[in-house]
This record gives sequence, C-alpha cells and structure tokens, in this order.
Amino acid sequence: MDPECSQLLPALCSVLADPRQPVADDTCLEKLLDWFKTITEAGSSLLLLQENPCLLGLLCHVLKPQDLSPRVLSFSLRLAGMLAAQEDCFQYLQQGELLPRLFGEAGPLGGAAWTAPSVRSGWIQGLRSLARHPSALCFLADCGAVDTIFSLQGDSSLFVASAAGQLLVHILGLSLQGPAEGHPGLQTGDWPVCAQKIVSHIEESLRSAATPQITQALNVLTTTFGHCHDPWTQVLWGRLSPLVACLLEKDPVPAAHSLVDLLLSVARSPVLSSSSSGLWETLAQTLSHLSPTQAGPLALGILKLQECPQVLRAQAFAVLLQPLTCVLEATAQAPGLLDSLDGTGGASVTVDTLLPSKAACVGLLCRTLAHLELLQPLPQRPSPWPQAPLLGATVTILRLCSGSATPTSDAGGHLCAFLVGCVRVQRAALDFLGTLSQGTGPRELVTQVFAVLLEYLTSPDSSPTVLKKAFQATFRWLQSSPETPGCSDLDPHAHLFLRELLPVLPKRLCSPCWEVRDSGLEFLTQMIGRWGGQAGFRRALLASEVPELTEQLLRDPESYVRASAVAAMGQLSSQGLRVTPASPEHPGGQQKSLLAELLHILSTDSEGFPRRAVMHVFTQWLRDGHADVAGDTERFVARVLQVASQDLDWEVRAQGLELALVFLEQTLGRPSSHCPYAVTPPVAAPPSSLAQALRPLCRVQLFEFAFRALFDCDRPVAQKSCDLLLFLRAQTASYGGPQGSGSVPEVASVEAALQRWQAGDQGQPLGYLEPEVVVAVLRSMDLEGLRGALAESSDRVEKSPQSLLQDVLATVGALGEDEADCY
Amino acid sequence: MKLYCLSGHPTLPCNVLKFKSTTIMLDCGLDMTSTLNFLPLPLVQSPRLSNLPGWSLKDGNAFLDKTELIDLSTVDVILISNYHCMMALPYITEHTGFTGTVYATEPTVQIGRLLMEELVNFIERVPKAQSASLWKNKDIQRLLPSPLKDAVEVSTWRRCYTMQEVNSALSKIQLVGYSQKIELFGAVQVTPLSSGYALGSSNWIIQSHYEKVSYVSGSSLLTTHPQPMDQASLKNSDVLVLTGLTQIPTANPDGMVGEFCSNLALTVRNGGNVLVPCYPSGVIYDLLECLYQYIDSAGLSNIPFYFISPVANSSLEFSQIFAEWLCHNKQTKVYLPEPPFPHAELIQTNKLKHYPSLHGDFSSDFRQPCVVFTGHPSLRFGDVVHFMELWGKSSLNTVIFTEPDFSYLEALAPYQPLAMKCIYCPIDTRLNFIQVSKLLKEVQPLHVVCPEQYTQPPPAQSHRMDLMIDCQPPAMSYRRAEVLALPFKRRYEKIEIMPELADSLVPMEIKPGISLATVSAVLHTKDNKHVLQPPPRPTQPTGGKKRKRASDDIPDCKVLKPLLSGSIPVEQFVQALEKHGFSDIKVEDTAKGHIVLLQEAETLIQIEEDSTHIICDNDEMLRVRLRDLVLKFLQKF
Repeated sequence: MDPECSQLLPALCSVLADPRQPVADDTCLEKLLDWFKTITEAGSSLLLLQENPCLLGLLCHVLKPQDLSPRVLSFSLRLAGMLAAQEDCFQYLQQGELLPRLFGEAGPLGGAAWTAPSVRSGWIQGLRSLARHPSALCFLADCGAVDTIFSLQGDSSLFVASAAGQLLVHILGLSLQGPAEGHPGLQTGDWPVCAQKIVSHIEESLRSAATPQITQALNVLTTTFGHCHDPWTQVLWGRLSPLVACLLEKDPVPAAHSLVDLLLSVARSPVLSSSSSGLWETLAQTLSHLSPTQAGPLALGILKLQECPQVLRAQAFAVLLQPLTCVLEATAQAPGLLDSLDGTGGASVTVDTLLPSKAACVGLLCRTLAHLELLQPLPQRPSPWPQAPLLGATVTILRLCSGSATPTSDAGGHLCAFLVGCVRVQRAALDFLGTLSQGTGPRELVTQVFAVLLEYLTSPDSSPTVLKKAFQATFRWLQSSPETPGCSDLDPHAHLFLRELLPVLPKRLCSPCWEVRDSGLEFLTQMIGRWGGQAGFRRALLASEVPELTEQLLRDPESYVRASAVAAMGQLSSQGLRVTPASPEHPGGQQKSLLAELLHILSTDSEGFPRRAVMHVFTQWLRDGHADVAGDTERFVARVLQVASQDLDWEVRAQGLELALVFLEQTLGRPSSHCPYAVTPPVAAPPSSLAQALRPLCRVQLFEFAFRALFDCDRPVAQKSCDLLLFLRAQTASYGGPQGSGSVPEVASVEAALQRWQAGDQGQPLGYLEPEVVVAVLRSMDLEGLRGALAESSDRVEKSPQSLLQDVLATVGALGEDEADCY
Repeated sequence: MKLYCLSGHPTLPCNVLKFKSTTIMLDCGLDMTSTLNFLPLPLVQSPRLSNLPGWSLKDGNAFLDKTELIDLSTVDVILISNYHCMMALPYITEHTGFTGTVYATEPTVQIGRLLMEELVNFIERVPKAQSASLWKNKDIQRLLPSPLKDAVEVSTWRRCYTMQEVNSALSKIQLVGYSQKIELFGAVQVTPLSSGYALGSSNWIIQSHYEKVSYVSGSSLLTTHPQPMDQASLKNSDVLVLTGLTQIPTANPDGMVGEFCSNLALTVRNGGNVLVPCYPSGVIYDLLECLYQYIDSAGLSNIPFYFISPVANSSLEFSQIFAEWLCHNKQTKVYLPEPPFPHAELIQTNKLKHYPSLHGDFSSDFRQPCVVFTGHPSLRFGDVVHFMELWGKSSLNTVIFTEPDFSYLEALAPYQPLAMKCIYCPIDTRLNFIQVSKLLKEVQPLHVVCPEQYTQPPPAQSHRMDLMIDCQPPAMSYRRAEVLALPFKRRYEKIEIMPELADSLVPMEIKPGISLATVSAVLHTKDNKHVLQPPPRPTQPTGGKKRKRASDDIPDCKVLKPLLSGSIPVEQFVQALEKHGFSDIKVEDTAKGHIVLLQEAETLIQIEEDSTHIICDNDEMLRVRLRDLVLKFLQKF
C-alpha cells in the first residue's frame, strides 16, 4: 500500500466506525473491498494488518453493541474474511478470538442486525473468502457455521439463499480436496465430518416432501458437479443418484426445473458421464416423466451434449418435436411429413394434453421454436435433420397465426383459435423459418414458404415487428434459393416471387408506421447489395415505383427512416439503379444530383443517424470509385471532410477519418488491404516523390481534419486519428528521399497552433500546408505517446485508491452540509 | 319476457322487448343492401347507364326489413343506440299509429338527422321520370334474372321517406344523457350508457326492481374519438342482448388505417385521384385525424382533400361542439381552448375543403390530383356516382372502400369494366370476438342473447372457431321474424306497505335474524306500483243496499289457521310417541324425509321438509292425538 493511502486509512476506519457518520453510498464500500482484495492478493495480509492497526481496530469496534449501519457491518465481515483467507493472518486473528466473535453465535448472528439481508450476505461472503485452508474448516466446524448456512439456504432474500448454496458447495469441495483426492474408491463413510454433514443434509432434503428443500439440494448438487470434476464427485453421485431417481417416481415430479439442471450438469461432467452407469437410463426416464414444457429444456440439453447414446438423442429429439408433431397432426398434414417427425416411436400426444390453453400453447410453441433454432446450426444436431417436416410445421404455424390455414379437425380448429393473430408465435416462427433457409427442402414446400412469406408481407394485419422478421426471413430464403447455373442471377422461382413482392414494397414504404418504412428500406438495401448487378432483378426494380419512393423518403420526418433511405439510395446509386425521370415537375436536369442531396443532409440534418448514414455511403462510394465521386475525387473529399469536421456527432467525425483513410490509401497507391473483396479503383501509378504523393492530401486539407480530430474531445475519434497519422508516418518513411525539410518557421507555427488546439482553442485554422511541413510536423509529434495516453481510460486518475479514499472521506465529511453527489 | 326479432341484420338490429307490461323497441336499423339491386342514380344523365340493356328498373330505393310480427302501434318506447341504428325511424313512427316516445342522446339525434337529410337529398334531387312497381308481383319477379328473382319479400321494399316525415319522426324523440334514469310507466327504468362506438352512441340498461336486461349494440373498446365504453354498469345482468359487433372480424382497424394511408399516398404520388365513398359522420373523423398526422410525413401537404356532402359543413361543425360526448383527450382540448378534432386546422389551412355538392364552388376550386370523401357508400346515389363515372376509366385513380356495410364488389358491379384501382380497407371499430369474450368474462351476464350469425363461424371461414361468441351457458340465438322467450322467470315483485299497516304488524323471531308476521291487507295495484293497504273495516250491515262481495270474504279470513314453522327431530318425536304409549315404532328414511310406522295402529306418519301426513284408517281420535304430538314440535304464530 502506498504511503498516501496508509495515511488516509485511519481516518477512513474511524469514519466507518462512527454510527453518526453514515456512509451514503454502497458502491464506495464495494470499491474499497475490491481495493483490499487486490492488496491481499498481491501481498501478505498479516503484514497489512500489522502495518495498519486501524483495520483491526475497526473489526473489533464493530463488535461492540451499538447502532452501526448494516452496510458497515457487512463490509467488516467481508473484510475479515478476506484477510483470514491467508492462513497466517487467520491464525493471527484467531489469537484475538476475533473470528469466532465475528462469525460465531456471539456475533451479529444472534443480534438485531441479522435481520438486514446485507449483513447475512456479508456473513456468507466473509466465510466464503475465509474458507481457503484446513484450519478454516476446523473453525467452521467449531463455530457451528454449517448449520446456519443450511438454514440460510431458505432465506427470504434470494441473494442470500443462493450465496448460502454456493458456500456449501465451496465448503464441500474444500473439505474433500485433501483426503479424497486420488482415492476415487473412498466411500463417503470415510469422508471428513464436515463433508459428511453436508451430504447427509442434502440426502435429507432430497427425501423431504417440501419442494423448496428439494430445490435447494438439487441446486447445490448442480453447482458442485458443474464446477468440480474431481473423482470424489463420482462417489457423491453414486450415493445420491438413487434418491434423485426416487424423485422421478413422484407425480408431479417436484422441482422439475432444478432436476433438469442437475441431470444436465451430471451429463456434462466428464467424470460422471463416463462412469455412472444408470445416467442415460435416468435421463430417458426423466424425459418421459416430465411434462412437455419441462422436458423441452432437458431435451435441448441432451441434444447439445457432445457424447450421448443415439437412442437417448432420438428420444430427446422426439420430445422436442412433440409440439410441432401435434400441430401437423391437428392440421392433418400429409402423412409423409408426420412419419419423419414421429418416427422414433415416442408416445403420441394429443393436442388437448400438449396444448391445453392459449397461454400454454403459445408458450410451448415459442420455446420449441427457439430451442430448434438454437439446435439447427450446431454440429451435433440430430442427423438426419428433418428439414421438410420442420418446414411444413413452421409454415403451418404461420398460416394458423394468420388465419389462412383451414384445419379440418376440431383440434386444428382450437389451435387456430389460439394462434390467430398471436404476434409472439409469429415472431418465433419467422425467426426459425429464416434459420431453416440454411437447408433445402422439397420444391413444393419452398413454394409454400415463399407463399406464406408473401402473405405476411402483404397482410395489413402484420405488426411492424412481425413484418421486420418477415423481411429478414424473406431475404435469407432468397439468398439461399439455388442460383441458375452459369449466372448468379436469382432462380426463376425466386423471380416469380420477386415479381409479386415488388408491388408490396411501395405500399410498405408509404406506411404511416415508421418502423415499417424503415424495415422495408433495410430489406431493399440488402436486396440491392446482393442482386443489384443482376439483369432480372434490375429490370423488375426499375419497373416498380420503389426507387422513386426511396428517394422521397430521404425527406421522411423520422430520422431512422431517413438514415435507412440514405443507405438504400447509396446502394441504388452505386448500382446505377437511380431513376431520373424527366417528369413535368422536374424537367430534364433540374433534378438535384444525389451527391448534392446527400451533402445537404450531411450539413443540415438535425439528427445524427442520417448524417452517419451519409458518411457510410460516401466512404463506400469512394472505395468503389462511384461515378459521381470519381469525376472530381479531391473536391468531393475536401467538401465531405470540411462538413464532417464541423459535425457535433463523434461518429460522423470518426467516419470522416475512415473516409480520409480510404482516400489516403488510394492516393498513396496502396489498395486497402483489409477488404479483400473491394473493387480496386483505378489507381494512378504510385507517385514518384513523397511531396508529390502528399500534395493531393494537402489539397483536400486532410491534415487539418486529422490534426483537429487528434485533439477531439471524444476519445474514439482521437484514437482513430492517431492511428491514421501513425499509418501515414509509416508510409512516408517508406518513400525515403528528402526527409521533412520544410522551412523551420512554418513548422514551428504549425506546431504552435497544434499546441493551442490541444489546449482547447481550436478556433484558428491551419490553412494550406506544404507536404514538407506536414512530414516535419508528423515526425516531430509524439504520436506513440499520445496513443498510449488515449489507450488509458479517461477515468484513470479518478480510479486510484487514493482518490477513492479521499472521496469516501469527503462524502462522509461533507454529508452534513452539502449533499452533492461526487460520483 | 319475450323478444321479437324484426331484423336479421346483426349490425342493423330491430328488436322488440316485452317486459313487465311495457313494449320496448330496441333500435330500428335500416338495411339498405337491397339498393345494390338497383342501378346508380346519376346526377347528370349518364348515357352509359341509361343505355344498359335489359330491365330498366327505376324505383325508390329505401327498404324496410320488417314483418308483421308485431303491431307497431303498441310499441311504447323506442330506444336508439346510435345514429346508424335509427335510419328506419320514420317508417315506424309515421303512418303506423305509433304514439310512443323515442329516447336517444343529442349527438345521435343530430347526426342521425344529418344522415337522413343526406339520404333524402340524394334521392330527391334526382327525381325519377317513371317508376315501375309491377316487378314486385311475385309472378313477375320470378322471371327476373338473379339475384333479383331471389330477393326476399320485395313487396315490403318501400320508397325513401320525405324530409317532412323525417322531421315528424324526429319530433317524437326525447333527448337523454348518459346514466340518466328514465322511468317507464313505473314498471321499468331505462338508462343509456356510453358504448364508445360513435358520438353519443349508447348501450341501454332496462331494469325493474329484481330484473336487469342489458342491451349492447355497436360498442367499441378502441381509443377513437367518442367517450370510452362503460362496462362496469353492465354487470349483474340477467340477460344481455348483444348486437352490432364488427362486420369484418378479420380486419384489424389499425392495420386497415395503415393500408388506407399507404394506398392513398401511393395513388396521389403517381398523380392519381383517390375516391373514398363514406358516410358524412363517424369513421371519417378518425380518418381525417390520421391523415392530419400522416400527410406531412408522406409529403402530401399540397394535395387538396375534398369532403362533399349536403351535410358536410354541419357534420364537421357538429363534431366540434359535442365536447362532453368525446373521449377524455379531446375533452381536455376544449378547455385550452382548442377544437377537439384536428380537422379544424385542416380546414383553416385550406387542406380540407367541404362542399354541399358538386355544383357551385366545388367545380371552380377543383384541382387534381386530389382526395374526395363523399357519399353514398353503396355507390348507388349521391355525388360518388359522378366521381365513379369521371375517374373510373383511368388506372391512375383509386377508390378506397372504408365502410363495411356494403359488399364492395356488388357496389362496383354497374361500373364495370373499371380501370381504376379498387382497395378494400373496411374500418369497423365495433367489438370483435376477442373483445366480446373479455367483456362477457368481465360482465358475467346470466344469459346472452345474440343474432344467430354470431353463434357460428362466418360461412366463408368455417374453420375459424375464434370468430364466434364462446360463452357459458351458450348464447341463445335469434333470427329474423323469430319470437324468443327469454330464459328467466320473474319471481319477485316489490310491494309497499302503508305505514299504518306496517305499524300494526307484530313480528315474531323464528330464527335469529329472521322474524315473521302475518298480514291481512288489500293489495292495491295502479301504474305498475303495488301497495298493501289496511283492510277495510268490516262494514256494518246497511240494510237493503247491496254489499260488496269482498266484504263477504273478510270474515272467512279470520278463521285462518295459525302458521307453523320449524322442523321435527325424528328421534325426539319417536321418544314422545313412546311416552304416549305407542310401541312397535319403526322409522324408515326416504328421499325426502322419514316415515314413522306405527305397526300396531296400522298408521303411517310421513315427515317431509315442508309437509307432514298422518295416514290412518278412519280413526279420527288417533289422528288428532298424533297431530297434537306433531304440533308440539313446531312453532305457531
């Protein structure tokens, strides 16, 4: 500990010990504990105590009967535990009988302070830190702490209860670390007393009729097997598994959720899953005993296991698929679909039992779809993957939700009544449908997929979120639809779909609901990005009203929509899909060029999103050598940088640097290396001299922009600019030749200006800089140092322990007069 | 209690409730779908329409969907729930001998008057040179092409009423306010409640002291312009008559409004005109409000909106003055003070213009592309006919149907072939089935009565089990021309006791908290009020004068046997019998009580909850002994 802190510590301790000076803020106590933790981890706790007797004083002081705040008491307990984690310090504290007085029956445990959950929690956490060595175990046994922990498992505060469970796990692990290690055959009878006590408590709880107790025991076991893979866990599971199996025989199965967690934790444990014989049978039995809602997570967990018997996997998959099987059954789908879903011989479940009420039906279907969505991309997913039936079921669910399915059975009718208009199921099903696009399916099913997607995109009843998901799923399916051999255009099938989709899109772009307009534009941007070069798509798009409407949306009242419109227009223009009709209102060339329009948005839009979008479009255009830009690149870059440097939004300025970097790379004749797919713009032969190379950069005033950004009040901008200048400096070094021989006075004046900028006065512009001056300035600047300073977080000064101590003292001291919050 | 169902149209109901000697008509909607069988009435002679081949049918086109189920002159009162449900009023109050009163809220009457005025104006301004009625003859009708030959009861189709009849009918209306209690002949009390569907729209509660009937017609739970629906007052009903649910249960109004706006914007942006056939009041207010918010964002600020109706001006202005009938949001605006509806601003800024008809100012102001709101939604009369003829040929234009009352395909039939785009966005804010089931769960009526259409899924979507009323016990359904006996019996009636008679009563406590007293009195009934008065004193014989028969009966009353109460504990009764020398007693338990068998005396004593029988053979002495034993266990008074 540094001397400054040591000096402040006594004052701090006395403040904490004074009940008249309550600590207003919990977080500073937490920060203090964090600080003590780093100190004790780095050095000797004993030494710390000896050098700072005030700490011991504080610990003794809190034991006196007084009106101390629960926070400080809790803090002291945790601090004591932290210090006692080292055995020598533990012994030292034991000498003074301090620990039994803090953690034993005589301490807060019996007092009025115990009613505060924070004190109970501090007690547990203190013990948790303390229990690190065998002496601690003896201490725990002596002061009867384990029984208290047992009772705290059922504490009214969930935090306390959960911490108590974890402490038990920790103590069990600690007590078995020494003796049982390396003796897998050791019977529990030979275990240390402490361990035996915990195990019998667990056993007792498992035999109990009260569900909360069973849950506690199961949770302790789950945590144990999840964290510890020592051989003794095998012995423990061997002893307890019959009791767990007994739980399965009850009806209904108590604490099913925790039971599932435990079984999965056992199955995941490398020690247990390989050795225990009845595990797979137990899992199979559990799968068949639990209700469909409870069995879902178990089935998913089983399917995610790396190694597991094929039969069990099949059973788990059948359980997971049950709700979908039900849907297919109730809607009397083609038997072929059913067979492949139900082929595992799982007990056929009827709609009535599986989907009894609307809430249950919706919940179960949503969960099932989410589980399957998680499973689909995994390598260990069941094989063969029933792609076709899953597609069929998902399409059916979507059609039931929209009311377009025509179930013939009563069960189907009920299902339809439950699901009609249910947005939750629609969203889940559309998400899953999108995921299913990774695989293929029979032709007629794919047709149905596109039909149902079109239905959703067309329906006025689709809610904005559903519509967004429908757009996303549509894009994924279009992307996965097979391409016509020879050209990368859409296949005829998708073309037909597109022909029907394009009339829908304008309506969506005119929707009064901005979310709909926004997702419509996003979809359009994606589509153009993917197929903008394909003749068929281009024809269809140009024949529609979409490009014109998109342009109108640049003036939308909602900023998100304007931003999406900017992105879409950028794409349209890049692909040459922007229409400039000579309508009577806009004869001939009077229509504003898109570049001018986007520049207008960049300089005038009141919201950040559209301006950021414009910067992205401009960067992309520059990268791609867009025709509007390529004509006079320097003028373009100069204009954009000028506008961007004035922007109040740091993301716009940062994006300006990105654009500057692209220009820089193009000018210096080095195509950007980090984007292998970028179209390489026609680059002039690398300029021969450094000055020649830098001159265009000087002309567009790139340096003024970059230097300004270097002292930006937003750190990301400054960092980015620093990187850019460092890159540039490295580039200039590769040229060799005349090294920064600018006239000295000019360099000095620039450096003086930069210093003023750094000091916060950015009023005066630099004006045109000669390349030589730039090189000289670059070389003289300590860019590495600046980068280091920027890399440190901005609150590094305020985070020091000294500042923390001062803050605590200041807040407590000032509490009476001034309630100002110093954080 | 009976319900006579005069209309088969679920949203244009007309039912008559006979309840406690009152005859109450609930709504009188006018089903005008039969106008679709006629050709449009163009304002300007249309060569195309007049040159159509075949039947030239021109007749009045307003029709009354009624049967001779009930004599309309016996109807005591008519309760109107909203302005759409009063369009047949002149047919009922005029020329039928009706002498009763009509009850409705002020906005209902005012806007109802506007709708009727518009209808009469539309019909009367294109007088027919000739009219045919021979086709109403069943033999001739049979020869007509379908669907005319299949039309039911064409003989009851009637000409449209005149303004004079409208005025006379409206003069019979008495204005009421929400929650106002109106006594009908002392027998029942009726109360209108806000129904949330339209300005001044109401549901009705009809109750006596012990019975409550709720009449729910055209209600809405959506937040639109009217005052929200009052659900709480509908609780504890014995019968809830449920009519006027949404006609398009599958279309969600929000989605439809979105669809409406999108299509409107698309058309106008392409230089086309938009025609919205609509009623002059109701949904149009909400549409104008949506457009008010939408036009700037959609860049439509320069597009003129025209509202053409003989009552356009009155409708727009009326809506602004009924502040107390509006939703809370709009009410608060009045205190700012601001007009509650934003269409005032649209008018001020010249974005919305209104005209009484095509003629006059409109023709000089008219600018295209534009949006026109005009009637009638059936496309058979009104200014809309002209715009259909004018704009129908261009595919740039769009007609957007928002009123759900008419099939849009049938409405369009006489205009085919049509190049203009047709969009169907029916906006019906009335209750849908999900809302109904929530409402019924909340209100919990003992019985629900509704049109039969609501008890099964729509024929076109027979699998949609969600599109029907699902309640327990199942709803009773009615169809046109049916008489329904409502499923509950009146069991109690409130009777007052005169103070002097009450004074003379001597109650006797028979159980803690329950006291009884016998009363002899004369029941006096007048104006559906029942009063117990002290019996007249026994009249002195007055000699030769005739005595009333009633006073003859009074002495008989005096020998009334005392009333008995209590129950007979069988074991103690048997002990008592034994004490009195009876032996060989057997007791059998029966379903209703016990039989005590005195085998020796060959006597049976049947003890049941509310009667005791002693059965013995001609031994009166024995019977009396036993009776006295039984009586010992009972209280007398």
